[in-house]
Amino acid sequence: MELLCPAGNLASLKTALNAGADAVYLGLKDDTNARSFAGLNFTPKKLQQAAEFTKKCGKKIFLTINTFPKPGEEKRWHQAIDLAADTGVDALIVADLSLLDYAHSRYPHLPLHLSVQASATNLGALTLYKQEFNIERAVLPRVLSMKQVRDLAKVTPVDLEVFAFGSLCIMAEGRCHLSSYVTGQSPNTGGSCSPAKHVRWQESNSSRLTLLNDVLIDKSGLDEQMGYPVVCKGRYTTEDNDTPQHILESPTSLNTLSLLPELAKANVVSLKIEGRQRSPAYVEQVTRVWRAAIDSYLAAPEKYQTQPAWQQALAKVAEGQTTTLGAYERNWQ
Amino acid sequence: MKTSLGPLQYCWEKQKVNEFYQQVAQSNIPLVYLGETVCSRRRQLKFADYFAIAQMLKAAGKQVVLSTLALLESPSEYTELKKQVDNGEFIIEANDMGAVQAARELKLPFVCGPSMNNYNFATLKKLHQWGMQRFVMPIELSKEWLAHVIATETPPPFEVEVFGHGYLPLAHSARCFTARQQGLQKDDCQIACLAHPKGLLAQTMDEQPLLRLNGIQTQSASLIDLSAEVEQMRTLGVDYFRVSPHSLSSIEVAETILSQATSDKSLTCNGYWHQAAGFNQIAPQ
Repeated sequence: MELLCPAGNLASLKTALNAGADAVYLGLKDDTNARSFAGLNFTPKKLQQAAEFTKKCGKKIFLTINTFPKPGEEKRWHQAIDLAADTGVDALIVADLSLLDYAHSRYPHLPLHLSVQASATNLGALTLYKQEFNIERAVLPRVLSMKQVRDLAKVTPVDLEVFAFGSLCIMAEGRCHLSSYVTGQSPNTGGSCSPAKHVRWQESNSSRLTLLNDVLIDKSGLDEQMGYPVVCKGRYTTEDNDTPQHILESPTSLNTLSLLPELAKANVVSLKIEGRQRSPAYVEQVTRVWRAAIDSYLAAPEKYQTQPAWQQALAKVAEGQTTTLGAYERNWQ
Repeated sequence: MKTSLGPLQYCWEKQKVNEFYQQVAQSNIPLVYLGETVCSRRRQLKFADYFAIAQMLKAAGKQVVLSTLALLESPSEYTELKKQVDNGEFIIEANDMGAVQAARELKLPFVCGPSMNNYNFATLKKLHQWGMQRFVMPIELSKEWLAHVIATETPPPFEVEVFGHGYLPLAHSARCFTARQQGLQKDDCQIACLAHPKGLLAQTMDEQPLLRLNGIQTQSASLIDLSAEVEQMRTLGVDYFRVSPHSLSSIEVAETILSQATSDKSLTCNGYWHQAAGFNQIAPQ
């Protein structure tokens, strides 16, 4: 079972590998990936350094090219794929059909992982991508219960990777337009959800207003723990209820430490840690805990128990400092 | 350009649905999509019921397409989907890649619905090779995007449909927001959606309408209305203007929208068409 960790820059990449990651994933410094934030990601030269360092450690490196090319601008995405092939990364993480086609036809030996942004949740979708583009692995959207993951794992024609920890996307990824409805930019088109340039905080009296493109998505106490402002974690009233509530989800992080044995038994091949936009300190903390948990499970599967110290360490870096099992747990749904 | 009527996205009582489609049968709308696209727990109408309505509409001279679920989660949902695709009479609207695969395996033509990730011509061309006859432009894309795609190959080898009127399907989740609002679990939701035939409106704390909860689907609070853009769409070469129904009045809208702009301008939006935030209302040029 692979521990796959995020790398927003070279420092995070080295930290992740030193802390026990089996593989790292990263993106280029442009809008070809869905974490296109200023100050983040890799130039071609840095990618080369990252690949060399990772190989020296005997670990794997995956390049994320998971946005959708705009008509007339496909070249940027094609060049990213060419660069990845030249650099010798271990796999490409891709969502767009035309890019899967491009990569598969030109570089048939370069392994393809289907990005979560492709939103493939069922046998039919996985079969199509396998038959047409020979994908090796798919990253499952965070919409399946543990039982559904298990059921799919029994019949899937490709390896499965799941999100184990990090910010919780509660919508079928790749098909969520909440960000673009409010800001004009979505992960698919602009390379990020809730782009930072649209976020504004304003303090008035004893409360803090969170505005996204001037839309009031939350109003909180000055001391409240807040996550990164996104539409799905805002507080709203409804026709039926005047009290503002987190009607979709509250600021919280996904944490599946307690599900580790079940995920392993289901033959999930890779556990993904979310957070390319987070600091090297976050990457180190989370990687160490998950390394310890996986090693503890592998050493004695039947004796595996989550340690309070692991949970405490993860809660500290979690959004809103709380965690959830999300859709894996039926009651959450 | 002709009008199409999209699938009902809400959960209505069976009788109300039947009455709705009886009226549709008597309308001048040439193309009708129907079927459950949001949640497999909604069983007011089963597939056989939709199939019967489809046959009634066909007999009334309509072109009919059966719409399928946007989010497939359990193996039973995929098994059911395959049965729907293999219905022997009507083509389907695929709203998930699983449905594309099901149609492709049977070498059946299909339509790609608005929740499919079709962001460029090469992707559409590939889907066309697999049997796609028509696609509904993803809701977040613009006039400029469409012009680019159509210019790549004119006319394109497939038909083009634009989601022009109705509440926008913005996202789908494993979680049922409507049941949650009523303090119910999804597995015992008691079909909470029935209480909200147009979805449940949600507002910001300063009373700006923002979202509409419709079970596992989140919609726009504002109604997209591109009736002022009809001429532009004709010039571009759009084949169908989709009206997504939310009440009986949607039938009348669909019947008249190509000849006159709608008059109700309360809480409408057209931002996506103008390459802006979706909820914006931008004055026609």
